[in-house]
Amino acid sequence: MTNQEWPLYEVFIRTRSGLSHRHAGSVHAPDDQMALDHARDTYTRRNEGVSIWVVRSDRIVASDPAESSALFEPAEDKIYRHPTFYEIPEGVENL
Amino acid sequence: MKPEDALLAYTLRLGDTALVLGQRLVELVTHGPELEEELANANFALDYIGQARMFYSHAAALEGAGRTEDDFAYLRDGQQFGNVLLVEQPNGDFGDTIVRQVLFETFYIRQLDTLTRCSDPGLAGIAARAVKEIRYHLRHGLQWLVRLGDGTGESHARVQASLHRLWPYCGELFAGDDVDEIVGTHYGGPDLSAIREQWEHEVHALLAEATLEVPDEPWMNAAGRQGVHTEHFGYLIAEMQFLKRAYPEATW
Repeated sequence: MTNQEWPLYEVFIRTRSGLSHRHAGSVHAPDDQMALDHARDTYTRRNEGVSIWVVRSDRIVASDPAESSALFEPAEDKIYRHPTFYEIPEGVENL
Repeated sequence: MKPEDALLAYTLRLGDTALVLGQRLVELVTHGPELEEELANANFALDYIGQARMFYSHAAALEGAGRTEDDFAYLRDGQQFGNVLLVEQPNGDFGDTIVRQVLFETFYIRQLDTLTRCSDPGLAGIAARAVKEIRYHLRHGLQWLVRLGDGTGESHARVQASLHRLWPYCGELFAGDDVDEIVGTHYGGPDLSAIREQWEHEVHALLAEATLEVPDEPWMNAAGRQGVHTEHFGYLIAEMQFLKRAYPEATW
């Protein structure tokens, strides 16, 4: 018998129809199907969701924190990318 | 027996079965093999205790004698509990628990499903809520049965042994008495022989999927519904009722 720990899964919950799934946390489970059950039992006990996604944590491709200066800092001084330079015409309620 | 009396007895038996199984699952709280299973088990325990409360409250209304759900749960003696014996069997190891849950719930879900269409609105309403909970329990339990049965050599051997131990208690599920008969005729309660046929068909298929053998042990004659319990029951009920009986005025 192997003494391996169960793999980790990330859990995403859709709280209402029309909203997107949001990361809720993680669970350990022996396989995909049980991960769904565990996510249900752990994160939707108080009526939090209408849909669950689970994905093995080791299947998620994540950005490297060491690269964050190359990835994210160039956007810091590009203020013209924010839609803050438009004057809103009078009388427009929703833009 | 008058039909009203049969309906009351029937409702109490449903409450007793749910409460005793809930109490068994409560014993496992903090003993889960993994945190996630721990939560699943506690949810299941609470589902059963919730069902027991609904059945007892309905029984109290049917009886109309001023008794409450607590009176039924805490102030009756062992012989007055009419649960089936399968649910009072000890938790044993994880395989024993899974097998007990699957054998019982494959029966119970059919009993509840019929009751959702019975002519007593109170009972039909409770059954409609409970059947959804049990559908999820079963989904979970069946996955484990297949994983244990078709898992390692050790898990297979242990769960097969659990099956042999618990199999003799299954016959009682289908051995109704006059209460079942009267509730069947007057209120549209379940036909136990029809359920038995469906149950055997389903359980044989499930065991085949889990690569487990159908035990050849005969079904024992049991009378849990009439209050004749196994040796394990006294300990369970003593623990469950101790506080209320020792300190009747206690609140928390």
